[in-house]
Amino acid sequence: MKWRYFKQNLFFSLVTLSAGLLVLALGGLLTFIFINGYRAITLDFLTLPPMDSMTRGGIMPAILGTLYLTVGAVCVSLPLGIASAIYLTEYAEQGRIIRIIRIGVNCLAGVPSVVFGLFGLGFFVVFLQFGSCILSGALTLGILILPTIIGATEEALKAVPQTFREASLALGVSKWLTIWNVVLPSALPGILTGSILGIGRAAGETAPIMFTAAAFFTAKLPGSIFDEVMALPYHIYVLATAGTFIDQTRPLQYGTVLVLVFLVLGINLFAIVIRSTMRRKKRW
Amino acid sequence: MEKDSIINVNNVNFFYGSFKALTDISMDFQKNRVTALIGPSGCGKSTLLRLLNRMNDLISDARVEGQVVFEGNDIYDPHIDPVEVRKKIGMVFQKPNPFPKSIFNNITFGPKLAGVAGHADLANLVEESLRQAVLWDEVKDILSRSAMTLSGGQQQRLCIARALAMKPDVLLMDEPTSALDPISTAKIEELIEELKKDYTIIIVTHNMQQAARISDETAFFYLGNLVEYNKTEKIFTNPDVKQTEDYITGRFG
Repeated sequence: MKWRYFKQNLFFSLVTLSAGLLVLALGGLLTFIFINGYRAITLDFLTLPPMDSMTRGGIMPAILGTLYLTVGAVCVSLPLGIASAIYLTEYAEQGRIIRIIRIGVNCLAGVPSVVFGLFGLGFFVVFLQFGSCILSGALTLGILILPTIIGATEEALKAVPQTFREASLALGVSKWLTIWNVVLPSALPGILTGSILGIGRAAGETAPIMFTAAAFFTAKLPGSIFDEVMALPYHIYVLATAGTFIDQTRPLQYGTVLVLVFLVLGINLFAIVIRSTMRRKKRW
Repeated sequence: MEKDSIINVNNVNFFYGSFKALTDISMDFQKNRVTALIGPSGCGKSTLLRLLNRMNDLISDARVEGQVVFEGNDIYDPHIDPVEVRKKIGMVFQKPNPFPKSIFNNITFGPKLAGVAGHADLANLVEESLRQAVLWDEVKDILSRSAMTLSGGQQQRLCIARALAMKPDVLLMDEPTSALDPISTAKIEELIEELKKDYTIIIVTHNMQQAARISDETAFFYLGNLVEYNKTEKIFTNPDVKQTEDYITGRFG
């Protein structure tokens, strides 16, 4: 009897400990970044370009570049991902070919991001001759987050009750109009959540943009999608590895990390808020 | 069964994969009548109902043999568009399934998307359909409210109104009251009585009394076979087949 309670308590303690460790690790990481970085955050830091070999000035071009790249990636992957997911769940005859496509999508999700970077370099930069620019980077990041968006959309579509589809089809509404007017609106919260999580991932990746879009330093802001940009993750990499005046660049480096982390956390938080408000509104 | 038939089912077999759900069904449905399909669970009555407006198309692996003739055409002819069939043969489901939209938009959904009604007369159409479904007085002031806020019985009448807005010839009902309380059920039964003046109604029901109360003709199914099809009065008082009598009197099923 006692032994059983002991086992139970031991088990509960272990799972609680695991959860606690997780929170501790996250908290520790955030605290470390905050303590080292908060002094760097000033209005100038957020609005000025880097100056004097990156020992002074700010990271405005990098923030802007990350914004461009992320928005570009979403413009590429959202239509493509949602369309693919609609095909996979709503139209395609479920069979061997669909299974193979699904396995392909899952494999894509497991490919290391540096491989995407090299693919982007080989295909967009060199073969299609886009050069290292926003377009190449956005396309590469777009492919990177495609599996996330397809997966999220598929889950969201499957969660729409079959009775909605039946009700619409039974009224003599075509399949496409049913999907557009009934299925997609109902699946929207799920699609949005998944997509925003994908955006968070795109904003934080370094390897895919290293060879396809990111510049060490640009004198002026990009004028078109065929210009190179600075980006937050790559800027951190540069500050951490290529600086000659480490004492002066280190605070700026942590400041940049802080900005990036809060950007990604903020995006994820936004996804959670959207999901919970839309969930509260919907009942079926 | 001479008279005025609207749907003729000729030698229909139906398969889910290798399972034969309906065997050699032939029957004619009469115009402006209420026909009840009864029988124990799994006897194929719902399958037959959904086959009449090609809702079984949604099930992969399903296969139909034979003919279902509606307005002179076999609706399983490859040239026939199932979407056109469903515009004329509407359906009400077991569980009320309004869209998560306003009451108004639930009614106008079909006509708008199927391009049946002009936008000018949508308001009229909504009133007319809701009146036909005897729901107008209850919802006329809350048309912009979400249909999800209505009670189960109201939702089901809304679904009937939604089907009527397409001005179909035939209305298929798949156990439309099985998820409702007795008062809502009574309302829907009255409604069916009223609707048969303008529509042909085919209804699947598990409730014997309901079939006896509201239908003109009754078909009894058992294990995918049509056992007996006759005037409701005859089926419930003096059936020709012993199996029918056993089922109706509650000896099995």
